[in-house]
Amino acid sequence: MSTAAEAPKPLTKKDLTADHPTWCPGCGDFAVLASFFKVLEKLQIPHEKICTIAGIGCSSRFPYFVNGHGVHFIHGRALPFATGVSLSRPDLHVFAFGGDGDGYSIGGNHLDHAARKNVNLTYIVMDNFVYGLTKKQTSPTSPKGFKSKTDPTGAIDQPINPMKKLVYGGASFVARTHATQVKHMMEVFERAILHPGFSVVEVLSECVVFYPGAFDAGNPRKGGAFDLIEERKWDDTPEDAERHDVSDENAAYQLASLPFPGKFGVFYETDRPTKNQLEQIWIDASREKVGNASAADLLTTRFAAMK
Amino acid sequence: MSPLATSEPSDITLDPAPSSGATELQNAVIRFAGNSQDGIQTIGGLLARLAGRSAREVMTYMTIPSTISGGPSIFQVHLGSGEVLSAGDESDFLFAFYQHSYDNHIGSLRPGGVCIYDSDQVQELKGDLDALQVGIPITSTTVEALGGSSRERGKNLFVLGLVTQIFKLDREKVVGLVSRQFGGKNEDVLRNAMLAFDAGFAYPVGDLLRVEYELQQGKGSAADKVTTDGNTAMVLGLLAGGVRYGAAYPITPWSTIMEQLRVELPKYGGLFVQAEDELGAVAMALGFAYSGHTAVTGSAGPGISLKMEALSYGTMAELPLVVINVQRGGPSTGLPTSVEQSDLLQAIYGSHGDCPRIVLAPKNVADCFYTAVEACELARTYSCPVFVLTDMALASRIEAFEEPDLSKHLHEPTLDLAPRGEEFKPYPLDGPTRHAPPGSTMTAGTYPVVTGLEHDEWGHPSANPGIHQKMTERRREKLKALGATLPLPETFGDENGEILLVGWGSTWGPIREAVGRLREKGRKVGAVHLRHLNPMPNDLETVFSKYDHVLVVEMNDEGLYGHGQLATLLRARHCDPKIRSICKTDGLNYRVRDIVSRVEAATEN
Ligand SMILES: Cc1ncc(C[n+]2csc(CCOP(=O)(O)OP(=O)(O)O)c2C)c(N)n1
Ligand code: SF4
Ligand SMILES: [Mg+2]
Repeated sequence: MSTAAEAPKPLTKKDLTADHPTWCPGCGDFAVLASFFKVLEKLQIPHEKICTIAGIGCSSRFPYFVNGHGVHFIHGRALPFATGVSLSRPDLHVFAFGGDGDGYSIGGNHLDHAARKNVNLTYIVMDNFVYGLTKKQTSPTSPKGFKSKTDPTGAIDQPINPMKKLVYGGASFVARTHATQVKHMMEVFERAILHPGFSVVEVLSECVVFYPGAFDAGNPRKGGAFDLIEERKWDDTPEDAERHDVSDENAAYQLASLPFPGKFGVFYETDRPTKNQLEQIWIDASREKVGNASAADLLTTRFAAMK
Repeated sequence: MSPLATSEPSDITLDPAPSSGATELQNAVIRFAGNSQDGIQTIGGLLARLAGRSAREVMTYMTIPSTISGGPSIFQVHLGSGEVLSAGDESDFLFAFYQHSYDNHIGSLRPGGVCIYDSDQVQELKGDLDALQVGIPITSTTVEALGGSSRERGKNLFVLGLVTQIFKLDREKVVGLVSRQFGGKNEDVLRNAMLAFDAGFAYPVGDLLRVEYELQQGKGSAADKVTTDGNTAMVLGLLAGGVRYGAAYPITPWSTIMEQLRVELPKYGGLFVQAEDELGAVAMALGFAYSGHTAVTGSAGPGISLKMEALSYGTMAELPLVVINVQRGGPSTGLPTSVEQSDLLQAIYGSHGDCPRIVLAPKNVADCFYTAVEACELARTYSCPVFVLTDMALASRIEAFEEPDLSKHLHEPTLDLAPRGEEFKPYPLDGPTRHAPPGSTMTAGTYPVVTGLEHDEWGHPSANPGIHQKMTERRREKLKALGATLPLPETFGDENGEILLVGWGSTWGPIREAVGRLREKGRKVGAVHLRHLNPMPNDLETVFSKYDHVLVVEMNDEGLYGHGQLATLLRARHCDPKIRSICKTDGLNYRVRDIVSRVEAATEN
């Protein structure tokens, strides 16, 4: 058709839309998807470079609803799979999605290690405090007393604190938002995506079927309070000293200790070399040391040394 | 006690070949028994390498304790000028470093053999033994040679000096290897090594032995051979096969593969990741595969068990992945440093669902290289997980072999990110798997989601019963197509007759030697060794039909129904009651004479 070099077509929400989500009407995850589309549209990431990866759960169906390279992997292991993609393909934008069971229970150990290694990718957790896909069992974030099919008289185990887990684990960007607060959600998604390293956003995303009303306390329209973290502006004013320094790990723990619904925004952000960068340094040094030899030469030299 | 305590001399019957002066040996099995910290692996390795340089055949065998802080350890070197197939049932020479080494290994000495023991350590000798026992104060002479410093260190080099002297090995070559081994470290290390070596080389053993030995020069090709262990050969095969990415978690005896890959892959521009556990490792490796690379993961039994769920995803999503299992004794933590072949059925059937995948097993150290190369090729061609079942014996055994021809066995990986057109269909019912790695543009505008849910030809999830049936067939037929291309394994020994031995994996050498011995005894015996275990080649029944007995020799249990794991498969496939098992689970390699006597017992009328 056209002979002149075509300017790349801008990426639109329409391009990114795939199958109609199979979530229940009213599920919080719809808003997460819509916000994700808008941020991608804003950032204009090349279409073929978008890669979404998830485990198993309602929230983990996310990749089917994004028209982009996607992976629907197995329960709890999205992060190590995404680590493989991120480390071997620096050209891609890697996103992992999942739920509280997938990320904090069966995949809990992988989360700690992806965080500590600071793998360059963005992980969005749709935390609904319950197992949705398997129809209402206790999740690691279910509050004590929550009546589920596995705890019919109310959950008895202490829930984990995801924000503490993430900060402790070593994630270099940790934020929290609420699926009913689309503008805020978009802001933190954008910051997470632009952050170099392992960035995680914990989204309180209601399961309207198995845990309705779980997050009303954080939703002003339901009479709750959506309290934002005020971040330091570094403007030398006395009130600035009261604000949150996102690089202060202890302050992040303090925020994470507030009673539910707590505060929303960026808890922690730090600039730390990613595993991707550190490995690349080693790869470059190794290649240089062998004079950028071909595989054939490397192997031949190796055989000679074994004679 | 006298440092030169020597027991009654005895006849030396070490396959002597007629010669003037020195007794020429065609073969010599030398066992070093000490503790793991004595560095006897080092001298064993040096001797093996020397053999490779002298066109001699070599095979080694070692045991290492699973405890970290030392403990008894042996290294056995079988040097020969003809074909060397096993590490040797019995040793001709035993070097015993301690009383416990002497006590535990004197029984491995063949009648008329020679035991050289450290007279500083070994106090009690067995009388009434058909062996020449020679005491040499190894510890004190070494300490003296090193000027009283670094006590206990250097005994191995002293012994290497002794061995070089006794067998009239090429001193210059040995010294060259010692310098290469220790030269990289600081100067003192090499100097001390040489002092100890020279002390051993100069020690007056001649008078004690009464006979002079000389190993016959090999008749093999003049070119120096590559000398290494199975795990290293596997690493090189993976590199040649095009693996550039991998992930794993440490476990004996797999660890030395991942340690080497971690260092080697960056030289090739790739990367190996130590994951948090095997669940993470296999997931990362599948992430590499999905990204368009030839990737590897591996472990031993316990870790392989953890990988099973993700591997079924590999079959479902049709991702290429090489999975190495360095088998050890199971179940559970089992015998971490012993050999066993008890993971065959796990490799084939260990995941849930109808989950076909390819399973290969190398037969010796050189074959670890070639099997790894083939595994990479098959993973790419058939787009599925490919298991390589090696084992503890192959992992640590050293052999010398011809340098592989890289013009035939090298794959240069490329990342194919070309745009995929309208017609892109990842899982066509009538053709090979196709992939669109992330980064490739889909010109029709629709991007693929790779899933573990059952899916149609386009990869869209579907619970339609007809589709599940068809896609299950598709995954199965891919492997049947491979089976149809596999040649029948070569028959060794008699092409027809009384007994056929069937083996797989590291038992290749002892089985071949057993065939030789049985034939010498007048039996008509052949052997086939299977490298492709799933799928197997077609038409094996045409081979089986030529013999009265088909005996499957395996290092695993005979199970509830009396058949080892390969035998179970062969019986299921060929419905032939002639197929029987010779099994064992003592954690040790088969000795040739074990196979011979078991075969004789099984075929007695
Ligand atoms: C290995 C394994 N164990 C269990 C399951 C069953 N399973 C699927 S999703 C899920 C829980 C999902 O909860 P969560 O991650 O919170 O996702 P949600 O559905 O709430 O979004 C479970 C237990 C599975 N698919 N795989
Ligand atoms: S069950 Fe709950 S989490 Fe799952 S789709 Fe329905 S509302 Fe959403
Ligand atoms: Mg949930």
